[in-house]
Amino acid sequence: MSVPILEMKNITKEFPGVKALDDVSFKVERAEIHCLVGENGAGKSTLMKVLSGVHPYGSYDGEIHLDGELQTYRNTYDSEKAGIAVIYQELALVPEMMIYENVFLGHEIRNGLSVNINETIKQTVALLKKVGLNVNPATKIKHMGIGQQQLVEIAKALSRDARLLVLDEPTSALNESDSENLFDLLRGLKKEGVTSILITHKLQEVLAIADRVTVLRDGQSVVTLDNNKGEVNDDILIKNMVGRSIENIYPDREKKAPGEVIFEVRHWHAYDPRIEREILKDVNIKLKKGEILGITGLMGAGRTEFARSLFGNTDGYQTEGEMVLNGEPVSFSSPQKAIKSGLAYVTEDRKGDGLILIQDVKTNITIANLKRILNRGFLIDENAEIKDAREFRDSLDIRTPSINQKVLYLSGGNQQKVSLAKWLYVQPEIMILDEPTRGIDVGAKFEIFTIMNQMVEQGMSIIMISSELPEILGMTDRIYVVSEGVVTGELITEEADQETVMRYATM
Amino acid sequence: MTFLQELQQNLKKNIRDYGMYIALFVIIIIFTIATDGMFISSRNISNLLNQMGYIAVLAIGMTLVIVIRHIDLSVGFLAGFLGAVAAIALTQWNFPVWVVIPMVMVFGIGAGLITAVTVAKFGIPSFVATLAGWLIYRGALLQATLKTGTIIIPNPGFNALGNGYIPDLPLTGFLPGLHKVTLLVGVIAMVLMVVSEISSRKKKIEYEFDVTSKNMFTIQLVFMIILIGAVTYVLAGYNGLSWTAVIVLGVTLIYQFLTTQTFLGRHIYAVGGNPEAAELSGISVSKITYIVFGSMGMLSALSGMLYASRLQSATTTAGTLFELDAIAAAYVGGVSSAGGVGKVTGSLIGAIVMVSLTNGMNLMGIDISTQYIVRGAVLVAAVVFDVATRKRGI
Repeated sequence: MSVPILEMKNITKEFPGVKALDDVSFKVERAEIHCLVGENGAGKSTLMKVLSGVHPYGSYDGEIHLDGELQTYRNTYDSEKAGIAVIYQELALVPEMMIYENVFLGHEIRNGLSVNINETIKQTVALLKKVGLNVNPATKIKHMGIGQQQLVEIAKALSRDARLLVLDEPTSALNESDSENLFDLLRGLKKEGVTSILITHKLQEVLAIADRVTVLRDGQSVVTLDNNKGEVNDDILIKNMVGRSIENIYPDREKKAPGEVIFEVRHWHAYDPRIEREILKDVNIKLKKGEILGITGLMGAGRTEFARSLFGNTDGYQTEGEMVLNGEPVSFSSPQKAIKSGLAYVTEDRKGDGLILIQDVKTNITIANLKRILNRGFLIDENAEIKDAREFRDSLDIRTPSINQKVLYLSGGNQQKVSLAKWLYVQPEIMILDEPTRGIDVGAKFEIFTIMNQMVEQGMSIIMISSELPEILGMTDRIYVVSEGVVTGELITEEADQETVMRYATM
Repeated sequence: MTFLQELQQNLKKNIRDYGMYIALFVIIIIFTIATDGMFISSRNISNLLNQMGYIAVLAIGMTLVIVIRHIDLSVGFLAGFLGAVAAIALTQWNFPVWVVIPMVMVFGIGAGLITAVTVAKFGIPSFVATLAGWLIYRGALLQATLKTGTIIIPNPGFNALGNGYIPDLPLTGFLPGLHKVTLLVGVIAMVLMVVSEISSRKKKIEYEFDVTSKNMFTIQLVFMIILIGAVTYVLAGYNGLSWTAVIVLGVTLIYQFLTTQTFLGRHIYAVGGNPEAAELSGISVSKITYIVFGSMGMLSALSGMLYASRLQSATTTAGTLFELDAIAAAYVGGVSSAGGVGKVTGSLIGAIVMVSLTNGMNLMGIDISTQYIVRGAVLVAAVVFDVATRKRGI
């Protein structure tokens, strides 16, 4: 066998108080697609940061060999020069600049002091063709969809002659067809000799694309499996990731006969003046008491927009239509009014508009319903707050050293539990959950699902918005499928399967 | 855990808070040595507090403005203009003092709300909106003082704000040379502080929360008592508490209370920490913006009156660069321009640090040009310290 393109030997990386990587060895063969999987906190990102020089040589123990040669990167610039390109979840593109400017950002093609724009554009066109992106190279990044932006990132990496692509959860924000595109591209690049390392949470993807898989757990490399030899399946991966087998990814819930309709939206239209487009057209939905109602569809179908237009309409859409809550017509001019009427909304982007990251766990839990801890209507009872926050920490099993810990330092799953705690603290009748498991690992997902089941058992009704079909099918009672702002189908979950849902979603 | 370990842990945890106090302490020591004790004399400290008053109240308001991710450049000339309005009301309209002071503060609130409209409703960046305010109030100040030039304020009641001291008991034989009421105020403050700390600790124990050990707690109390005692004693050695000091203390206590103990404070820091999340949590970001700018306007009015009172006149250049002094004090005091971080007490200490530098260097006869350079260096050092300690992620 030839020399592997990358070999990381006995890597140990310690942060004050934690051993993030413990004697990890990781080998990637030339021109393969190698998936790196593991729960959050397993050490995947740290390992890639060691590889890319974010953690410079000397700050870790162990050795990195590229093509058999010892590498000593002092920074990311060094690793880039060696042919390693890391594409992070949060894309590193400048939204206000055009594609060709972004692709050559930092290594512009120059004519003396000035940039050779013609040559830049020419090379960009060639690169875009290579990644299968058929757009004008002078398009501004901010006008592109997230899937296209990802392709631009890859074009950017290729422009630097990257031989080893590292993609950190590239599909977490992509819909199915964009993901497929991306994978086709990676397969194509593989034929041309480009090696890819793919960090992902989605096991289906691993099965579909990986040549080999390495599983990390608690900072250690557990196992490397060969997909082409049929060594990989869901159960094996999960068992290795969590160190135990999870019988069922979706906790059981005793399904009851649906209650009466508690919330209804009729003939709902929304127009977004910023993009000058009608984003929701004549949407009608009914939510029954004590059910989990799923709303699914492809990226850009209008799922999140629908939730936000109902919940106080903070994005300033022009809306039309009616809402009926417990038989009474209602309208919410602000989130405050929606909350007062018994709604809660866990946002899709918990870091962006869900949590206050620089504040601690207890402050985040109580912020939406401070009334519960006010004395004389305005004085905060800190002791009551601590007591309540501890109760939620215990009942939702939020793993944090203390309720005074800033939310910033919690893992994705625990952050999501804080979001849930915050909205449970409001004691709502209706909970809207927007992509409740985005970016969190298998174990934490199971816990979130369990909490959801407890909520409906206590009489709450849930609207679960998700683009992940398995969890929609696994968790809900009923499903609405949206496509381009229109409800294209209503399904009883027990009678539905992925194919049917996809058919409606692409209608 | 031994006592020393606890002390060490406590210091480590609160290094950012203590850092400023330590810096202030070091500054005081240096100037005291350099001026042969003149700096720490009762007369000078009393004087220093009066010099600081009009910047301190601005810095307190500015703290909240910066916490909600805005800035207000208009406060200096707004203060100057409103000081002139107060002078005109007293001298030309012949309004009594007790009408003028609240009236001008209401004007200040109005001015602040106008700024808030442009920021919250029209979405103009506060830098631009208040830069416009800076120009407008500068013009307004010039117009107000156009006919008369400097307006002399002959009103002793008003002038006491910036120059007067609280009255003393007419007991000549008892504790000669010391201001008795000031001492009394100090003792009352100590008692209140001790009682409230003990009751809060008791409550925590009732809830079965962790509290600092008894030794640690006692040390903290003793330290606070000594601090209050020292300040009181120094002030009592001259004319006692000035009205300016009383006003600054009052404003600080009220704002400290509002920001740390009430839902309003929570809402302000939530808006600063993440405006989108705050809005979706049912907090009206625009309402908070109105409140914060309204309060800034009110404190600008107070600042302007303190300054006019101190000079016993309204001048054509009153308020020049106050806004930058206030912003500098707030940053020295630990606010973060990224929003959501900053304490009212921090900004007060920041103001004291900055004024102490000016005062101390004046006493040492250091040239004004050097003074600016030193103050600039201290500002940078304070913020570097702040950023460095924050990065450690405590």
